[in-house]
Amino acid sequence: MAKELLKGNEAFAEAAIRAGCEGFFGYPITPSTEFLEHMARRMPQLGRAFVQAESEVAAINMVYGAACAGKRVMTSSSSPGISLMMEGISYIAGTEVPAVIVNVMRGGPGLGNIAPSQGDYYQMVKGGGHGDYFPIVLAPASVQEAIDFISLAFDLAEKYLNIVYVIADGNMGQMMEPAELPPMRELPKEPPAWAVTGAKGRKPNILSSIYINPPDEEVTNIRLVKRWLEIEKNEIRFSEYLMEDAEFAVIGFGTAGRVATTAIRAARQEGIKVGLFRPITLAPFPKEQVAEISRRVKRILVVEMNSGMMLEDVAAAVQGRVPVEFFGRMGGVTPFPDEILDEIRRVAANKRPVNWNARAEWIARLEQIVAEGK
Amino acid sequence: MMTTPVKPEIQVVYQRPDSFTDLTTHYCPGCTHGIAHRLVAEVIDEMGLREKSIGVAPVGCSVFAYKYFNMDFVEAAHGRAPAMATGIKRVLPKNTVFTYQGDGDLASIGMAEIIHAAARGENITVIFINNAIYGMTGGQMAPTTLPGMKTTSSPFGRDVELSGYPVRMCEILATMEGAGYIVRRSLHDAKHIRQAKKAIRLAFETQERGLGFAMVELLSSCPTNWEINPHEALDFIAERMVPVFPLGDYKVNEELKH
Ligand SMILES: Cc1ncc(C[n+]2csc(CCOP(=O)(O)OP(=O)(O)O)c2C)c(N)n1
Ligand code: SF4
Ligand SMILES: [Mg+2]
Repeated sequence: MAKELLKGNEAFAEAAIRAGCEGFFGYPITPSTEFLEHMARRMPQLGRAFVQAESEVAAINMVYGAACAGKRVMTSSSSPGISLMMEGISYIAGTEVPAVIVNVMRGGPGLGNIAPSQGDYYQMVKGGGHGDYFPIVLAPASVQEAIDFISLAFDLAEKYLNIVYVIADGNMGQMMEPAELPPMRELPKEPPAWAVTGAKGRKPNILSSIYINPPDEEVTNIRLVKRWLEIEKNEIRFSEYLMEDAEFAVIGFGTAGRVATTAIRAARQEGIKVGLFRPITLAPFPKEQVAEISRRVKRILVVEMNSGMMLEDVAAAVQGRVPVEFFGRMGGVTPFPDEILDEIRRVAANKRPVNWNARAEWIARLEQIVAEGK
Repeated sequence: MMTTPVKPEIQVVYQRPDSFTDLTTHYCPGCTHGIAHRLVAEVIDEMGLREKSIGVAPVGCSVFAYKYFNMDFVEAAHGRAPAMATGIKRVLPKNTVFTYQGDGDLASIGMAEIIHAAARGENITVIFINNAIYGMTGGQMAPTTLPGMKTTSSPFGRDVELSGYPVRMCEILATMEGAGYIVRRSLHDAKHIRQAKKAIRLAFETQERGLGFAMVELLSSCPTNWEINPHEALDFIAERMVPVFPLGDYKVNEELKH
């Protein structure tokens, strides 16, 4: 199939259909709504399940039910809607059934706005719902990557009986970009053995997240942690740009990483040996790769569209070997390549140690930038 | 010559339904949850639905319902059973899908889910246990608690000025076009239990015949949290609950009448 000009959200939805999604349950929210609208048109045409739920609470519990029935199912939403889903997400994790959730992140907290943001990093990467569980988080930086990662998300969810988030932002959801959709996958003929499908000729299947006896719950927790260690071993993904000879590393994911690429190209022309490390799996986080980078560069600049969330994971991996600096825009503001280029220049010239509070230093600079009307 | 004694025709008239496991339930003595379970199991047996049934247990005293029914089961979050049942039924439309929910579960935290399941006409069956209290958490006020009724969170009796009036779910859901069968029955004596069973049967037939959303509300006892003995609890249903929650058919699809 050739590349065509595709609109983000619609392309993501079509990618899910082609990956064999048999049930979509969602609730409208900008900047993710076109995903649901595409599903509303296409799923009934294909004889697959689509429900516009009464809320995100209901939507995620429909996903939970349909996942228990052994089908490839998903939802798509944006930050406030994802917050509302957290109880159900925790139940899905505790029941160990697969589910794919697309979060097209927007500015917050609260109602915030509908502009692109990466402010849900903690919520996505650290769990968000209650209890001990570990979601897999994939962070695409283009429409094509989002398409590819949605198929991957279903495969990972089923392989590990795990929640998989694909986190995009309003930029990716709304942009038109040349990309290629995968061919239509065949649907599985048989449900998985654990699914509730009616106890015909077998013992009943019971799917629940309740383990009333703490030692039983702990056995489940151990199973989940071991599964996560397995995921950490097998599923780390990242992308590198001009890192081979880099003296400085920019680390950014999704749109922030993409904008940084342009800045890095410009910095290279000025003779600054800088490269980009872009984590694709935010969870599991590429800790060892970041640690390795910190052994060969002089300084690291983390760039995000939030208040410095991945910054903490980077700092934990770097373990003080080199200074880690931060630049971020928040509230739905996307940084320009020029801003990041300025930061790269500054970081490359900076000989001072960072006083363990990159965030405090950055916020002072950001206030200056905002005051200058940038 | 020996004669074989003529054996009297022995017929089993009462046994554990196939749709039941042989576990002893955890319900308190005198609790009608057990009766409601049994009626559902008998109906599923009689209609031959066991092998295609998928139950959805709630959060409440019946959280472990899945242990007692011998069929596929899931256990929902508090109040979300109708949404979970929707998800299952939409991807497995040929299966029989039912929820079993308490009054806190269905009429308080899960109000949106039950109303919209009915509004969409989801082809599911709902068994609604109204015992006018939060049993599992130790006897707090429910949306169905009677005016003046003492609970641990209405210690001076439910004051309608402060906490409003009982919610009548059948009356609300009967206004939904998507509902095929909405009735209220009671479990306080043998006659009413027989009527309840007939209603449960019709509620499953509604689903099998694709006639939309079906709910049977069952007035039930909670002697433990009402702090009265099991016998008094049954009288409480008849004398105090029935006047607030009148028994009857609130909506019955024409096709079910013949
Ligand atoms: C989100 C959430 N809130 C609160 C609870 C605590 N909780 C468990 S059961 C219950 C009330 C159950 O009452 P009801 O639905 O009437 O069932 P019963 O026990 O009376 O049969 C509550 C409040 C919970 N489990 N989850
Ligand atoms: S607490 Fe009440 S509702 Fe729960 S099992 Fe005991 S009697 Fe039944
Ligand atoms: Mg109750």
